[in-house]
Amino acid sequence: MAKSNKPAIWALFAGGGTLSALVAPMMIFITGIGIPMGWLSADMMSYQRVLAFLQHPLGALVFFIVVFLSLWHAAHRLYVSLHDLGIPKGILPRLICYGGAAVGTLMAIVYLLRVWLF
Amino acid sequence: MNHRKEYLRKHSKTWWLSKSFYTRYMLREVSSFFIGVYMFVVLVGLMRLSEGEAAYNAFLLALQGPWSILFHITAFLLICFHAISWFNVTPQAMPLYLGDKPVPGAFIIGAHYAAWFVASAVVFLFAAGGV
Repeated sequence: MAKSNKPAIWALFAGGGTLSALVAPMMIFITGIGIPMGWLSADMMSYQRVLAFLQHPLGALVFFIVVFLSLWHAAHRLYVSLHDLGIPKGILPRLICYGGAAVGTLMAIVYLLRVWLF
Repeated sequence: MNHRKEYLRKHSKTWWLSKSFYTRYMLREVSSFFIGVYMFVVLVGLMRLSEGEAAYNAFLLALQGPWSILFHITAFLLICFHAISWFNVTPQAMPLYLGDKPVPGAFIIGAHYAAWFVASAVVFLFAAGGV
């Protein structure tokens, strides 16, 4: 049988879709709406709290998994949707979508390491 | 090698506006773009965090800007829409059987909503310092 990348990509896509659906709404609400509008205490996202969370191995791991899976879900979905927008598939759209996810993943790794090696 | 000239019917670029079913479909797919952008907002926040307290506080201030809030409200609404439609589809994507009896779709969907509630509560409580 021919080997295909598809199952691996689909697993990331499905996992990312489910995880982002479960976790991102509350994240977006807290970080992007609740705290900026003053409905929630700014302490929740203070420098010290977030630093402490991300310097903890579990915190960093959870953060990375959420960001990583969400990025790849979004990239794959966007790439596949390009066809619906009249943009043909190809190397450049692939580079932009999956490359974007790769850049994001790299950013997560690099800056988490920076935060750890303070 | 394909020597025939295929007939490619032209589609309007706004085909998805013609029916509400199509529009909802496109809205769902667009939600993924907003999830991606939000993740980059989070990553920029991480970057500012690594640059020190002053840089991070400047980032927090930027989040209070009207365009930022507008973006986050839009992203929030779209991702809720994504979640609801995603859960509704899981019985088809992941048919479950207990022995040889199929698990009812409503049960699978309901379980996802319960998980959604629990996950949201966990995120909130953790952020609020309760955990």
